[in-house]
Amino acid sequence: MFPASFDYRVAESIDEAISLYQSADGEARYLAGGHSLIPAMKLRLARPSRLIDIRPIEQLRYIRVGDDGAVHIGSLTTHAEIAASNVVAQHAPLLAQAAKVIGDVQVRNMGTIGGSLAHNDPGADYPAAVLALEATITVQGPNGTRHIAATDFLKDMYETALEPGEIIVDVAVPSYSGWKSTYVKFFHPASRYAVVGVAILANAVGNQVQDIRIAYNGVASCAFRDTAAENALKGKAATDATIAEAANAALNGVDVLSDHFASAEFRKHIGRVYLKRALQELFAG
Amino acid sequence: MTTYVGKPVRRVEDHRFITGRGRYVDDIKLPGMVYAYIVRSPYAHAKILSIDTSQASTAPGVIAVLTGKDLEADGIGGLPCGWQVNFRDGTQMKEPRHPVIAVDKVRHVGEPVAVIIAETREQAKDAAELLTIEYEELPAVVDPQKAVEDGAPLVHDDAPRNLAFDWEIGDKAKTEAAFQEADRIVELELENQRLVPNAIEPRAAIGDYNPGTDHTTLYTTSQNPHLIRLLLCAFVMGLPEHKVRVVSPDVGGGFGSKIFHYNEEVIVTWAARKLKRPVKWTAERSESFLSDRHGRDHRTKVQLALKNDGTFLGLKVRTYANLGAYLSTFAPAIPTYLYGTLLQGVYTTPAIYCEVYGVFTHTVPVDAYRGAGRPEATYLLERIVDLAARELNMDPADIRKKNFIPPFDGIEQPGYQTQVALQYDSGNYEAALNRLLEMANYSEWRRKQQELRSQGRYIGLGLATYIEACGIAPSAVVGALGARAGLYDSATVRVHPTGKVSVYVGVHAHGQGHETTFAQIVADKLGIALEDVEIVHGDTAEIPFGMGTYGSRSLAVGGSAMVRALDKILEKATKIAAHLLEAPESDLEFREGRWYVKGTEKSISFPEVALAAYVPHNYPPDLEPGLEAESFYDPKNFTFPFGAHLAIVEVDPETGEVKLLDYYAVDDFGNIVNPLVVEGQVHGGIVQGVGQALYEEARYDENGQLLTGTFLEYAMPRADEFPMFKVDHTVTPCPHNPLGAKGAGETGTIAATAAVANAVADALQPFGVKHVPMPMTPQRVWTAIQASQQVS
Amino acid sequence: MGVPIKVTVNGRQYEAEVDPRMLLVHFLRDVLDLTGTHVGCDTSSCGACTVILNGKAVKSCTLLAVQADGAEILTVEGLEQNGKLHPIQEGFREEHGLQCGFCTPGMIMTAYDLLQRNPNPSEAEIRHALEGNFCRCTGYQNIVKAIQYAAAKMSS
Repeated sequence: MFPASFDYRVAESIDEAISLYQSADGEARYLAGGHSLIPAMKLRLARPSRLIDIRPIEQLRYIRVGDDGAVHIGSLTTHAEIAASNVVAQHAPLLAQAAKVIGDVQVRNMGTIGGSLAHNDPGADYPAAVLALEATITVQGPNGTRHIAATDFLKDMYETALEPGEIIVDVAVPSYSGWKSTYVKFFHPASRYAVVGVAILANAVGNQVQDIRIAYNGVASCAFRDTAAENALKGKAATDATIAEAANAALNGVDVLSDHFASAEFRKHIGRVYLKRALQELFAG
Repeated sequence: MTTYVGKPVRRVEDHRFITGRGRYVDDIKLPGMVYAYIVRSPYAHAKILSIDTSQASTAPGVIAVLTGKDLEADGIGGLPCGWQVNFRDGTQMKEPRHPVIAVDKVRHVGEPVAVIIAETREQAKDAAELLTIEYEELPAVVDPQKAVEDGAPLVHDDAPRNLAFDWEIGDKAKTEAAFQEADRIVELELENQRLVPNAIEPRAAIGDYNPGTDHTTLYTTSQNPHLIRLLLCAFVMGLPEHKVRVVSPDVGGGFGSKIFHYNEEVIVTWAARKLKRPVKWTAERSESFLSDRHGRDHRTKVQLALKNDGTFLGLKVRTYANLGAYLSTFAPAIPTYLYGTLLQGVYTTPAIYCEVYGVFTHTVPVDAYRGAGRPEATYLLERIVDLAARELNMDPADIRKKNFIPPFDGIEQPGYQTQVALQYDSGNYEAALNRLLEMANYSEWRRKQQELRSQGRYIGLGLATYIEACGIAPSAVVGALGARAGLYDSATVRVHPTGKVSVYVGVHAHGQGHETTFAQIVADKLGIALEDVEIVHGDTAEIPFGMGTYGSRSLAVGGSAMVRALDKILEKATKIAAHLLEAPESDLEFREGRWYVKGTEKSISFPEVALAAYVPHNYPPDLEPGLEAESFYDPKNFTFPFGAHLAIVEVDPETGEVKLLDYYAVDDFGNIVNPLVVEGQVHGGIVQGVGQALYEEARYDENGQLLTGTFLEYAMPRADEFPMFKVDHTVTPCPHNPLGAKGAGETGTIAATAAVANAVADALQPFGVKHVPMPMTPQRVWTAIQASQQVS
Repeated sequence: MGVPIKVTVNGRQYEAEVDPRMLLVHFLRDVLDLTGTHVGCDTSSCGACTVILNGKAVKSCTLLAVQADGAEILTVEGLEQNGKLHPIQEGFREEHGLQCGFCTPGMIMTAYDLLQRNPNPSEAEIRHALEGNFCRCTGYQNIVKAIQYAAAKMSS
């Protein structure tokens, strides 16, 4: 199996990539690691007429703490690099926790954070993490640069705020040094995508929760923050009772996905159980 | 004393595989080769109204666009079925035409509709997008129980109620009487779900035709090249068999799915002859899902009648077996003679009756998949036995022991005549179970189970004690049962002048390690080094004839043929040795590769004798030169491996997740040639069996679309889902073949599914859950718990 | 329409013009005749096509050959040095870590990647590292043992 024909161009810079995009006849797509796009092209679900390879743009491959104190991750950084990064581990371990369970070793070696976010698969693992981390996604396109909050960026199943010709260049995550975090995932046994993925990020002294973010992916057509679950814990002590309250509050009113492997009812149930258990573990001891 | 047999000899074939030098069909590139892309039906049931090839045939690189009509015009027939199972009333099995390429109608998603041949693989596939096919979609039926209902869409107009056959075995009246007498009856309705074999190598085929010599060669990913040649020549294409060569080089796993004669083998052969260029086709995995024959797919009701002390009195089974849209090569045999005949299991149940409905549906044809019939039989038997134990509050080990057939070796004690036609060769079922219970420390696990339950953790112990029939098969017996082929096998042993040996065997290795295990036998028998032996298989131009490898038959049947050929070699060689040693044959003794004149140091080596056979200057006057022998061996009976497996699982009742904690297996394969290879077979079988229990399912929607048609939906077992298995064996030799070997290829798959299913049910006993349908996914386990909680 | 690429495969440099849609695995198999790398699926699932690209295991069915321009690639054919098997290859033979051999090259290359990152992996780490590689024959047990064998041999 192989893709339909396309015109292949290599971009050495972001500007060149954008101009290659603008000069294309028909649909152009940027190629980063290719681990969302190439499988889709092989199945002929995607058939761009031009593919612009941005992987050689070395300036999009970095993990560093910026002057703003946030962790900046270049869009071409691979899942494996994020999972192994000391900087990420120190400031935003949640992102690494999500990166570690994407696909498999080989996929993590090629797949990039920019590519994954641009694809916005409902079963992907980064979306919940970037929502909880309140990341800012910087995109560059024909009309200049935009900084987009993750929550605005992730619009719906396979839909993002990216306008034609825009490239994700940077993912900025504020430093959460000292916060607790976890990402738990109920794997689809075949695809290894998340049937349910829960990202939790909490600022707590002992079990006194000052602030908490809870976000889901896999459960619905797009990742989302579950504020009802957050509110059940925010400003409270995390006890078995409040954790149970948070779990019961979670996923209310959400249009939950359903398929033969996991019905909406079951997915919702798992979403709550996984949240409960993750919270229990996070606040144990 | 053996040097090699019985030892964990490292495999000789490994070197080419670990260095990337294996040669699989898709690795073969022939000069001038072109590529076929097969356009397949997107509908489960539809009329083909028209096919417009005009655009596709003028696309770049396209050499031909071929349809079913072209094929028919060239006089190519349908694919034959190799086994006839008639209706109970004697009416002949419905055997509708199985077209190589559909002509008027399509009957399953994935059925070939047209073929594009182009200079490159890319051009062929690109052109396929330019083909316009008009269909009229028709209603489809996928469930075998619904397919037999009145008013169900018909797959074939000439098969009313979609029945290919109905079949029965056992004594109905006696079984009914047993049920009358019983203290209680335990029953269960269960589904043995459809699976996709998924050998990691996708199927591939290359047709090659030489107009100069009129020779046709087919390279194909087959488990049995001779059978393919026979079917292709005699039934489908009408080609002269002596002008056709079929080569199955390295084959990347089969598991049954590469036994059958497939559409694509005909297509590439036909196209190559037509175009006078080699034509290659390689399946994409998504295509494999829609064209490789599937396995299992039974809907069954089983009832066990028993006494309150746990003694089995009778067994009744009714099964609807989904055969798919057409009868594949061995399809009718699988849910009948490889299934109903195994319902005795390892138990003395005195009355058994089984009826089977073979049903057409709008799905991919179903045929043998590792175990083939025997896993289905074992699953239902072992589930019902466990349920009976639970109802009687007996330990599952105890109820089994109470009903085991007593030990018999088939020599001093006769074989065991079952209620369902077979006569078991030899067995000691309780010994295998006892060894298992001891190895696993079963009672300790039971204690631990109680302890954990009090902590709110639910582990389950699942036993499966099984028997299987393999070494397929005595030709006269299977002929009487409807087989349209004999099931002997053959070997030619060719001793070269230097004493090196090539052996040409009719069985085919696609992972089983014959190049090593067969060579071990040869080396020991002739007293030569292992590296002086080469086992050749997979090419009809080299091997005498063979029925190939399936049903764990290679060693028991093919190996026995080889042993007989070796005996002939030794018989002749001894004559030569006697002549050279100037002693009567009766004075000679052959050991470790030399003939000795008894009581003297005078001797001659095997290579010296071999040389004399080819340079016969000083030679017995009445003896032909040369040292080569052939043997065809038709087995006297099936062989009956057996064993006992134990799975330990933990179930998370809140999420329904099942984790396999531990797994123990004790199998009896009779004599073992290479324990390393045998263990490997057991490990692989267990994982496939557990795959069925927990993960795998070919699931169709009501319109006949396969919902699990890629590896993103069809869950294959992975390394991180398994513990290290503990395996051991007992040895009860087969009394009727020269090796005493029974076969080891399928037992893991047969036992493991049932063991894991029993383990999950055992874990869920506190919740009142009796049965969880397979695959036992988290949702299904959770749903079963919810349902039983609501009842109680 | 051909795009020129330069790659180093198993230490040897190659230059070729390729159709941009050609997958790396087809380039290796069809253009370079390195047929040890196999295609087992079309969804980046099975790992039979795993090769080492610039030091890391990747699925060569999910990479365009043009993306490998300038890269160093190691395939199963490049592991043997001066007629001596790599310890991972040896491990697969010694522990009977293969049956039909089709998944084996991918398994070996994935093991190569693992042992490079983690020379002394636990059984659980080995099993986890194989999450992107399917084997239908061995039940994985002897593959795990083969990698353990190689780890021991390479660290001694």
